[in-house]
Amino acid sequence: MKKRIFALLMVLSMIMLSLAACGSKEEKPDDGKKDQKEQVNDKVDDKKDTDAPKFYIGGIGPITGGAAVYGQHVMNAAKIAVDEINAAGGINGYQIEFRFEDDVHDPEKAVNAYNTLKDWGMQILMGTVTSNPGNAVKEETYADNMFMLTPSGSAPEVVQYDNAFQVCFSDPNQGMASAIYVANKNLAKKVAVIYNSSDVYSTGIYEKFAEEAKNQNIEIVAAEAFTDDSDTDFTVQIQKAKDNGAELVFLPIYYEEATLILTQAAAVDYKPLFFGCDGLDGILGVENFDTSLAEGVLLLTPFAADAADERTQKFVADYKAAHDGTIPNQFAADAYDAIYIIKAAIEESGVTPDMSISDICDGMKEAMTKISVDGLTGAGMTWTSSGLVNKDPMAVVIKDGQYVSAD
Amino acid sequence: MLAGVDMSFITYLLNGISLGSVYSIIALGYTMVYGIAKMLNFAHGDVIMVGGYIIFTIMSTLGLNPILGVLIAIILCTLLGMTIERIAYKPLRRAPSLAVLITAIGVSYLLQNLALLIFGAEAKSFTSVIPVKPLSLAGGRLSISGETLVTIPLCILIMTSLTIFIKKSKIGRGMVAVSEDKDAAVLMGINVNKTIAITFAIGSALAAVASALMFSTYTNLSSTSGAMPGIKAFVAAVFGGIGSIPGAMIGGILLGVIEILSRAYISTQLADAIVFLILIIVLLVKPTGILGKKIQEKV
Repeated sequence: MKKRIFALLMVLSMIMLSLAACGSKEEKPDDGKKDQKEQVNDKVDDKKDTDAPKFYIGGIGPITGGAAVYGQHVMNAAKIAVDEINAAGGINGYQIEFRFEDDVHDPEKAVNAYNTLKDWGMQILMGTVTSNPGNAVKEETYADNMFMLTPSGSAPEVVQYDNAFQVCFSDPNQGMASAIYVANKNLAKKVAVIYNSSDVYSTGIYEKFAEEAKNQNIEIVAAEAFTDDSDTDFTVQIQKAKDNGAELVFLPIYYEEATLILTQAAAVDYKPLFFGCDGLDGILGVENFDTSLAEGVLLLTPFAADAADERTQKFVADYKAAHDGTIPNQFAADAYDAIYIIKAAIEESGVTPDMSISDICDGMKEAMTKISVDGLTGAGMTWTSSGLVNKDPMAVVIKDGQYVSAD
Repeated sequence: MLAGVDMSFITYLLNGISLGSVYSIIALGYTMVYGIAKMLNFAHGDVIMVGGYIIFTIMSTLGLNPILGVLIAIILCTLLGMTIERIAYKPLRRAPSLAVLITAIGVSYLLQNLALLIFGAEAKSFTSVIPVKPLSLAGGRLSISGETLVTIPLCILIMTSLTIFIKKSKIGRGMVAVSEDKDAAVLMGINVNKTIAITFAIGSALAAVASALMFSTYTNLSSTSGAMPGIKAFVAAVFGGIGSIPGAMIGGILLGVIEILSRAYISTQLADAIVFLILIIVLLVKPTGILGKKIQEKV
């Protein structure tokens, strides 16, 4: 008898606990949002009905985990853009509600985040930040016919369906642009590549780079892979690059592995030119990383925070003011542009928040092929119905622990 | 040309031995605990991760001497190992081995998530504790990193002193006795609980040393950094014959060398697959591992 009562108590307490957990999860963000909503409304227009229809834009990306730097910058920059638009009267008079969910750079968690956002009322998705989660989420958005604009998910498969578009270059374009850049600037004739064969982003760039390198008369003397399970020891890959006399090592990978490669190359006194893509952006933010090792590293990126134009400077100043002086990276710029691209597409198509998700998407995806947006990451960005963006590549170089425009 | 090939082969070999030495030191922790307590301590890899964070905090956050960091890490890891044993494993001494195994996995996740909570999810860049400059030989064609230069001799030193300790000291011989027959050891007046606690203490102290060596070479430190080396070292222990100290050393070094050489000469992608394939073959031919015997002194 005693045992039974005890078991009953246990069951009861577990139910209570789980209920409590659910309750707190749901209430917390909502409360915050409501406060924000009211504040925004008070500021913008006192007379406006608080229940006026709004565009619900959701964001998905890693704000914890290995790729956290990307997601945090995207989230922060998107909020800046949303606040700007709301303060200026919204899109066609409608305010924007923005909510960002963490996916820890994990496909499964990204789908969970997508469902959470849908329950919240999302009509347009600004995400995902990285490619692998994007490939999972695209199936969901396609099934729901929800408009999806990824700021930085650069695998071409992410925009495989007609409802998805990219702000950043697709991986093949980055690989091709890198090879052209190396050849145009005459950086090297002999190139080694170290890439992650278990990652679509890395493999995608590598394949196009290798293809274009042939056309550009660049010799790939070593193409060395690693996988997610063997991403700590790079001594072999470095040794091969060194033995084959590579003047430039191309790193189409993320920054965490890149810090290891730079450290291990320095440990054997190997100092080639290192060249990477947008995945290296964030390398200077790794805690306790000796940034002098990254000196001279080149990154193909559409955004340089030190650019002199007025829009970039205003954005960088706003971002720094809002986030303890952190300098925004290109992911931030991509996200800032993404919100303005969504605005342009809504204005072009004339969709309204009271329409169904599918109708909004149909209107916007047609509008995307007509608009031309001047953003931080490029002037006159245009899209084809394939979802890929057209804009010019640029590069930055790391100098004295800062990203500086290389051109 | 031939000389060039030879030079890179030597570099690969040295890197392999260096990686293998780290595996060996970690494998010692597995093999000693298995030999004496007959349990697989899956939390061992995570003790290494904790060691890494302790050194990182002392050295980089507080800015103190790296040697001091390593010493404090050894002390704290020893205490951690003994605490884990006292709280999680000792009450289960008479329980089925499956229960202990599950507990060990639980402790492993507990440590990982605690680290995640305290230090955050972003990987940190570990500063090498080894101030030795890379050695350049044969006109720059052969360069050996300072970490390799220190790791290999240190591993040999640890191995030798541990073997002497077990053969000669009273506690060491007590360990052998417990591993051979726990009940007989009790009758001979050996305190089994104390012996097991000491085994955990030694294993965890070695884990701290391994963390200093490992993170100096592979500088990314995150809450899961200990998991993969932990698994590889466990494989090394099985490979060499679990329960045997020289076996752990041979297994670890072989594993490191095979891993690096197959990466260098066969495929950078298939290296792990090849390592595990060789393990399967060895175990098919010799199920107890290279140095494992059916009846042997297990410590």
